[in-house]
Amino acid sequence: MRNTTTGWLLIAPTLFILFITGMVPFLYVLAVGFLDWNTFAANPEPRFAGVENFRALVFDAAFLKSLWLTFKFTVFVLASQLLVGFFLAKMLMRNVPLKGLFRTIHTLPLMIAPIAVGATWRLMTVPGLGPIPHWMQQWFDISYVLSRFPDQAFATVVIMDIWHWTPLVTLTLMAGLSNLPEEPLEQARIDGAGEWRIFWDITLPFLKPVLLTTIFIRLMDALRTVDEVWMLTGGGPGAETRFIGLHIWRVVFPKTDYGYGAAMSLITLYLTIVMCWLLYVAMTGMKEKSR
Amino acid sequence: MNRGILYSRLLTFLFWIAMSALTLLPVWWMFLVSVRTRADLFGKPSFLLDVQAMTWENYAAVLSNPTFQKYMTNSLIVATSNAVLVSVLALLAAYAMSRFALVGKDNLFFWVLTNRMAPPAVFLLPLFLMFTGLRLGDWSLFDTRIGLILLYCVFNLPFAFWLLQGIVDAIPKELDEAAYVDGASTFTVLTTVIFPLARPGLAVTGILTWVFAWNEYLFASTLTSVEARTITTGLAEFVTVTGTNWGQLAAVAMLTLAPAALVLALVQRHIVAGLTFGAVKG
Repeated sequence: MRNTTTGWLLIAPTLFILFITGMVPFLYVLAVGFLDWNTFAANPEPRFAGVENFRALVFDAAFLKSLWLTFKFTVFVLASQLLVGFFLAKMLMRNVPLKGLFRTIHTLPLMIAPIAVGATWRLMTVPGLGPIPHWMQQWFDISYVLSRFPDQAFATVVIMDIWHWTPLVTLTLMAGLSNLPEEPLEQARIDGAGEWRIFWDITLPFLKPVLLTTIFIRLMDALRTVDEVWMLTGGGPGAETRFIGLHIWRVVFPKTDYGYGAAMSLITLYLTIVMCWLLYVAMTGMKEKSR
Repeated sequence: MNRGILYSRLLTFLFWIAMSALTLLPVWWMFLVSVRTRADLFGKPSFLLDVQAMTWENYAAVLSNPTFQKYMTNSLIVATSNAVLVSVLALLAAYAMSRFALVGKDNLFFWVLTNRMAPPAVFLLPLFLMFTGLRLGDWSLFDTRIGLILLYCVFNLPFAFWLLQGIVDAIPKELDEAAYVDGASTFTVLTTVIFPLARPGLAVTGILTWVFAWNEYLFASTLTSVEARTITTGLAEFVTVTGTNWGQLAAVAMLTLAPAALVLALVQRHIVAGLTFGAVKG
């Protein structure tokens, strides 16, 4: 083997940049979380505050509400995307003319900048201009104004996310489904098992690793959704679609409450890691079982 | 072919026509808004393109606006520089990882990947403080293109590293061993053996990282103010500042999504593997 110093030299720039852009900010936010530091306060100098920020957070209704909204949003989009994505994957695996073209069109939303996705949906939903308010009024006699009705705003954000991210679920599940072994499926059919039974006992166990990976990726993305929601509703009406990323941004920038914002960031990071870790355990546990 | 199969194929085909329409509808609507005059925007929404009444004035207004030109230039520079930087660094790193016995390389690999998974909102505050706080005289990273180019490495570098790792691993070791025996230096091996063979992979890496950098909004909006703003922040400003100029907003949004849509066909096979970090092969 050649001199490993050369190897370290080759990898050093990558590690250095990631240390500066990834590790240092993490350590920094960790430190600031224990400070009382607001540049607009009477005393703008940072002071050590111990766990004061964290204690205050536990009783912060706005923060808890934002967490709850994020959680609700995540559950809604994940559940719908898995169902719709599974169905679409099945449909796309059928033998159909122009399959490649349909697949490409279906993939399009994945590549669009989230901020442009928000702009797209904003143009669809602006009262007086967008077609959705017009149709709602004409067909269902519903007054559709995102800036007034929280439920409509939340539902629209969920639908926008389904439009944006379902293709990812479709494509991953398609990859999983196309790797299913034929033999057990045929055997089960010969034995006279129903479709539902086959799905439950054969397809699902084989699909589990892919399914969990998909959930894992979508979970992390859903928890940090900011751009498109900011563009569509601005977090409103009131704070009804102000998910955690937006909430942190508001505390840190317009309010300049650095210490508190950092503590909030840390709790969010912690909760994200815990949720991902739980999934990871589920995933690896699954692999061991199937072995 | 029997009738049942034929019908089911026809139904599937119609289903996908409908699905594609549903996917394209919002984007098509945005295109329509971008080519209509202000007077044509309101009233009963029509999804038909009236070629006679079509106008490019929104695009003309946007493209001749010096502020927007600056944003667009910034986005092009930042995305291109970042994609090139990331591809080069990641190729070197992937080569090191693939051909040298580095201590603890599995942990290192995992650590590199975790950088991409971090929620960006969590790191806004420390990055903002670092960007404004680290000063050389009057100069700081805040509101500079260099700052963004470096920062975008945090999500693009792990991705490029991971993608190129697989590609370099697939190049037979014997090829560079042979070159070493002939007395070539590591640099020569990288440029004459590895680079040519990794070129298709590098192209995919470059395109995807370029798109990710181009699409980024949250960092750009908080870490720039005037000089280094990008097209995505410009798009967001349209809503908060001017508010009602929907035609121009649509034109900017179309320009924002155009590059990604153009390269879609080239890289679509790699998107799934890319977004799931290879856990699922598309």
